[in-house]
Amino acid sequence: MAVTAQEPVTRRSAFRRPTAETGIWSWITTVDHKRIGILYWLTAFFFFLVGGIEALLIRVQLSRPENTLLSADAYNQLFTMHGLTMIFFALMPLGAAFFNYLLPLQIGARDVAFPRLNAFSYWVFLSAGIFIYSGVLLGGLPDGGWFNYAPLNLIGPDPTATEAAGQIAVAEANHISRMVFYSIGLQIAGIASLASSVNFIVTILNMRAPGMTLMRLPIFTWATFVTSFLMLFAMPVIGVALWQLMFDVRFGTNFFNPAAGGDPVLWQHMFWLFGHPEVYILILPAFGIVSEVLPVFARKPLFGYSAMVFSLIAIAFLGWGVWAHHMFAAGLGPVANAAFGLSTMFIAVPTGVKIFNWLGTLWGGRIRLTTPLLFGVGLVAMFTIGGLSGVTHSIVPSNYQQTDTYYVVAHFHYVMFGGSIFGLFAGTYYWFPKVTGRLLDDRLGKLHFWLMLIGFNVTFGPMHLLGMDGMPRRIYTYADGMGWNFWNLIETIGAFIIAASIAVFIANLAITRRRGEPAGDDPWDARTVEWMTTSPPPHYNFEEVPQISARDELWHRKYVGGATRPPVRVPAGASPDHDPGESAVDDQAQPAHGPGHTGHADIHMPSPSYYPVIAAAGMPIAGWGVYAGGPVQVALLALGGLLILSGLFGWVLEPSAEEHA
Amino acid sequence: MSDMSAPLPGTDYEHSTSLGLSNNKMAMWTFIGSECLFFGALISTYLIYVGRTNEGPTPAGIYDVPFTSVSTFILLMSSLGMVLALAAIQAGEMRKFRTWILATGLMGATFLAGQFYEFTVFAAEEFNLTTSPFSSSFFVLTGFHGLHVALGILMLLAMWTASMMGRLPQQLHTTVENIGLYWHFVDIVWIIIFTVVYLIPAATTAPG
Ligand code: HEM
Ligand SMILES: [Cu+2]
Repeated sequence: MAVTAQEPVTRRSAFRRPTAETGIWSWITTVDHKRIGILYWLTAFFFFLVGGIEALLIRVQLSRPENTLLSADAYNQLFTMHGLTMIFFALMPLGAAFFNYLLPLQIGARDVAFPRLNAFSYWVFLSAGIFIYSGVLLGGLPDGGWFNYAPLNLIGPDPTATEAAGQIAVAEANHISRMVFYSIGLQIAGIASLASSVNFIVTILNMRAPGMTLMRLPIFTWATFVTSFLMLFAMPVIGVALWQLMFDVRFGTNFFNPAAGGDPVLWQHMFWLFGHPEVYILILPAFGIVSEVLPVFARKPLFGYSAMVFSLIAIAFLGWGVWAHHMFAAGLGPVANAAFGLSTMFIAVPTGVKIFNWLGTLWGGRIRLTTPLLFGVGLVAMFTIGGLSGVTHSIVPSNYQQTDTYYVVAHFHYVMFGGSIFGLFAGTYYWFPKVTGRLLDDRLGKLHFWLMLIGFNVTFGPMHLLGMDGMPRRIYTYADGMGWNFWNLIETIGAFIIAASIAVFIANLAITRRRGEPAGDDPWDARTVEWMTTSPPPHYNFEEVPQISARDELWHRKYVGGATRPPVRVPAGASPDHDPGESAVDDQAQPAHGPGHTGHADIHMPSPSYYPVIAAAGMPIAGWGVYAGGPVQVALLALGGLLILSGLFGWVLEPSAEEHA
Repeated sequence: MSDMSAPLPGTDYEHSTSLGLSNNKMAMWTFIGSECLFFGALISTYLIYVGRTNEGPTPAGIYDVPFTSVSTFILLMSSLGMVLALAAIQAGEMRKFRTWILATGLMGATFLAGQFYEFTVFAAEEFNLTTSPFSSSFFVLTGFHGLHVALGILMLLAMWTASMMGRLPQQLHTTVENIGLYWHFVDIVWIIIFTVVYLIPAATTAPG
């Protein structure tokens, strides 16, 4: 492990450069965007299952009145962790999984701009998940809700509720540590998002294949681009709020503590200034996915491509001006309420543009009812319901009735589950053959879809009614005789139908892994360039970097005709194993590695690295340092800081790619 | 940063990026965009809390504006040092480059030492993290800025060391330029902090 300056491989690095190409180390040190995408997907899906189990526990507890399965304390931790897990550790990283895997493929690049930064993002995300869940062994998990309002996040459990003085001290200590896990856990997760947003923005701006102008970008790439900007600007805002919270709970500052002159409403502003852009961070990837899926299965180009692009941008801009619609009940005054109510209604306009464009895409198409299409249509339908209930929230007097009731719970599940999750499953079924070379079983996929659609509506539809009926959210139980028993039981049944649908999906994965139908390069007759390469793609993605001459490049290579006569399939270069034929664009294809170099032996790819993992590992260690006290604190902080710094230095000093011997 | 290895097609090499701007530089600008929001949030918090002093020290009562003006001047001069260092490496004058990079780092360190001294004086006057919302927002804002300066100094020192070991050839001047971008940004943030945190509140809350 010593630095041996003579050896070419270890020249500038403390460790010998990792070389494994298979096995666990090859995955730990990988910098290949496709492998990182797969890691992201698997980890996020694992967290999705954890969050799902938490949801089932919540639903079982609420299935009947005055249930005693869970204590109030356990319930608080469960619903908080359910929300945090789903948002930060399932939906966001599932989006990141698609970004990672697809972005370079869709723009005809061999990797992202900063492959090691990409690996770093993944490991940081994983360490954030491990860190926040480690609280379960150290005094409990965060319990203040996902938005963790002040001063609840400072005061914690009511001290008068516990009799013995000793218990009060324990409860207070537990509360502090839970908030430490909340603030630092999300802080670490935010660093991962920030790093990927920088990476994706640079990749999209700088790594496009020749001819890939911005207005020829696949629409999913546009969604990635816009989402990355939202992350870039939203993460620092919540980052500051989380630091302030950490200083408040752990080091006695007075940011949000009203007793010491702090302003709890400031936390709300900071949280939602991040929080509303965040909901678009959660939905835009799914929007991008369905905008890819619907055209392929309707066999028509995306209706209103430019309107789709500009509505994405409009949503992202307006998304910064609506945050206080989460705070109408905080008493901001009539002017602020009216302004934010109006801006919220405005944001429904570009959202409506998207919905009509999806309908326009399907309209008159030759529709193939495959699983990805079903999930895509599911998104369009379910998200519309959620969007409409969102507009009802924006009417301030009505909002006073709805806020903090199950009506809001219904709203955000229609947008985040009915929207994001359906979209992400559409993407999973659609791109699975590209990633693995095998198709997921379509019959099981349809079973999955219908079970999920039914289960989803049975679970969340009645929440509208319960909310209107005044059932507050975040109560661990309710009295008999409120008239809420029936729908609560139905919702719990619905939750188990959803669980069954997920079981079908997992079975589908397991079966397909062994004997799925081989997919070939382009099983769906798709339109974008990621389908030009093999399934799964080689680690350098493309033999030759494609020359782009049209939006829907691949489709234009496969078909001639279109606007004037019916499209006819030509035998041109859909993939390397097809004869490139006559297609004019093909002769211009860029050689992979400058003139005179062809063939993959010469394609130079970035080398794997240990440093991203090392730097990422330092973060939770430093976090446990904040949690601990005394000398342990100093030791852990020092160790964590040392790991981060040495990881970063080693990283900078080693070259991105080793020279071939 | 990976110039010595064979190029990765499409990465790191200025002539082969879609926009002709190097990836590293674009990443630095992107990151700086994010940092604007970071400091914006901290400064906003401070502005909201500047009047909430809980019977503790007020801005006019606690700040030593002449002292901070001097350290501000030194930090500003460090930006000049950075510019000269970049010009030197671009011109291939490596010794001059090392001199200026070290001078820049030293000026940054002087600024940090001034901040450290200021904090100890404040602590002696019962003005610390927990005194009031005003104090909390002051220390967290200026502390995070100091952390940025410290990271910048580490990078400058790393460049100096690399140059001494002959690992920072002239072609790598873009790396210097990127770190320079960061350094200038941190300076500009300080100009805003100095104005908004020290000057204006000290003038407007001055007794009499
Ligand atoms: C047409 C678009 C939308 C409108 C008009 C809208 C409007 C609103 C309003 C006014 C609230 C506040 C309700 C209250 O607490 O009283 C709200 C809450 C919420 N929305 Fe939306 N929304 C829209 C889209 C979305 C999307 C796309 C997502 C996520 C993917 C989302 C996620 C949420 C969440 C998580 C909450 C609840 C936050 C909480 O209180 O815990 N919304 N929405
Ligand atoms: Cu919102």
